[in-house]
Amino acid sequence: MEPIREIRSKTLVLPNDDIDTDQIIPARFLTTTTRQGLGKNLFNDWRYDKDGRERPEFVLNKPENRGSKVLVAGNNFGCGSSREHAPWALLDFGIRAVVSTEIADIFRANSLKNGLLPVIVDKETHRWLLGNPGADVVVDLETTTLLANGRRVPFPIDRFSRYCLMNGIDQLGFLLEQNEAIARYEREHA
Amino acid sequence: MPSLFEKIWGSHVVVPETDDTPAVLYIDLHLLHEVTTPQAFDVLRARGLRVRRPERCLATLDHSTPTVPVKTLKELEIVSEPSAAKQVRQMEQNCKDFGIELHGYGSRDRGIVHVMGPELGATHPGATIVCGDSHTSTHGAFGALAFGIGTTEVGHVLATQCLLQRRPKTLAINVTGQLPADVTAKDLILKIIGTIGVGGGTGYVLEYRGEAIRALSMEQRMTVCNMSIEAGARAGLVAPDDTTYEYMAGRPLAPQGAAWDAALKRWRALPSDSDAEFDKEVEIDVSKMRPMVTFGTNPGMVIPIDAAVPSDGDPAFRKALAYMQVEAGKPMLGKPVDVVFIGSCTNGRLSDIREAARVLRGRRVADRVRLLVVPGSAAVKRQAEAEGLDEVVRAAGGEWREPGCSMCIGMNGDTVPSGKLAVSTSNRNFEGRQGAGARTVLASPVTAAAAAIKGAIADPRELVS
Repeated sequence: MEPIREIRSKTLVLPNDDIDTDQIIPARFLTTTTRQGLGKNLFNDWRYDKDGRERPEFVLNKPENRGSKVLVAGNNFGCGSSREHAPWALLDFGIRAVVSTEIADIFRANSLKNGLLPVIVDKETHRWLLGNPGADVVVDLETTTLLANGRRVPFPIDRFSRYCLMNGIDQLGFLLEQNEAIARYEREHA
Repeated sequence: MPSLFEKIWGSHVVVPETDDTPAVLYIDLHLLHEVTTPQAFDVLRARGLRVRRPERCLATLDHSTPTVPVKTLKELEIVSEPSAAKQVRQMEQNCKDFGIELHGYGSRDRGIVHVMGPELGATHPGATIVCGDSHTSTHGAFGALAFGIGTTEVGHVLATQCLLQRRPKTLAINVTGQLPADVTAKDLILKIIGTIGVGGGTGYVLEYRGEAIRALSMEQRMTVCNMSIEAGARAGLVAPDDTTYEYMAGRPLAPQGAAWDAALKRWRALPSDSDAEFDKEVEIDVSKMRPMVTFGTNPGMVIPIDAAVPSDGDPAFRKALAYMQVEAGKPMLGKPVDVVFIGSCTNGRLSDIREAARVLRGRRVADRVRLLVVPGSAAVKRQAEAEGLDEVVRAAGGEWREPGCSMCIGMNGDTVPSGKLAVSTSNRNFEGRQGAGARTVLASPVTAAAAAIKGAIADPRELVS
């Protein structure tokens, strides 16, 4: 994984609360055996009409939003299914950070393991972000702050996940190094 | 004074957590299916790793598999989408290459992974259980800490039998009063989700407690724990008791003989101590409950069957109502229904099919309604057929299928057409969950069966005596 320090981008805003992983990537696209290529079906049923044409009014399809790396979403983003295809689809599309007041547990865990930053902010900051689509923001992993509207607001992130992300370390390597402790546990619980 | 959760967590910590690193948590049982595992096996291959404990894996085919009869892989190619068939083939190959037993085609055990595991006796109180599927919470009904994980974590467990985890908080759901007759476990969990909200359990492990929970059968407890994730909680627990042990005794993967006696002694020490503390507690009185139905596009948007759809000025709420084509202030009762689905890891067990059959017996499904009944496993199918329940479904004009996830997730060709309204015993009424543009109303098996007979959302209490 590429080390991550900061993400600078204009925001893309999807204000809906409770956006579930079935919206992020509908189940019929999960019959894949790879991680790649899911970006074209990101938010598929909101993004395209019945004939597969882009709906011009949908935020992801607006020309000014192409290339945005930071998605600001309504409360409780990523609820529902455990499908890791959801962060894979967001990353494949080019999203590097998701900002909300609350991010569902499994989606957050999956995101952190793939280099997609879950950024949880207070209600006031969130309200400003929702009201100012296209705002320039900086997600700074070094200081764990989001710079928006001239203010730096801190966001919580597990220290271990932050360390792995900043150094491009994957967590499986760390777990494999625990082999001795795991073997001991297995002997004691055999 | 530890709680059930704390006892299970404490006994599975391999390396304790610190500020800098999460805990290394040992996993007793890893459930695998074809949709969320291929990329994990690829990582193992790429890094030259083996599966650390293949005997602690339980694998099956359920999500992308057809529910029309398929006996061989060759037949699968004919009825399935090529990508779905490829996924199944790859699962067979992965299990073969890594020495994992697969309960695949031709197996007498094959079924939805969360139906099959408990049926085989693989789900043990006090165990840690994971699966690349959010409804892994089902197994919490046995007092096991069971939760869904992503594919990267599936790889972690395959390679190390462990996960890196931060300890979650605990939330006690104290359910008081007795459930009225013909109000089911499904109604109960919908009510709980409606009360705490779809994000109310985020960051928590739930423990369902109280007399109403004690009175539930194991299959009903599984229905409750199954939908913990719909409240945002990765896991839900019910303390084991005699109901648990009676269900488990004699099942092939349950401990036998002296090992059973030793296990019982351990399991009886698992329930939360009387002075256990929880990070949060919620009280829910169920004595006046009525059957529940959802009206919106998440499981927390739920009302008693005879209530009116609430109103709310929030744009997302209005969008959900517009998608569902329902109006605030009007009841769900009487709304015409196109499809009825009875099945899934929530309500695809024998007792669920029996419940539905109580309503269907001697009646006919309304003309314009398609009724699909999908047993949760091959064992459920066999038992139901032995009781003649398949005939009850067919005589009513319904379709009786092979086991699988089917129309709950719509990955196998079983979908609800765009714009059509389905009453479904599954767990998610998200936009398009059962097919692009499909509208879903979640309900219990009796309520779903009543809708099939009436051709509209109906109060099941009018049809059962």
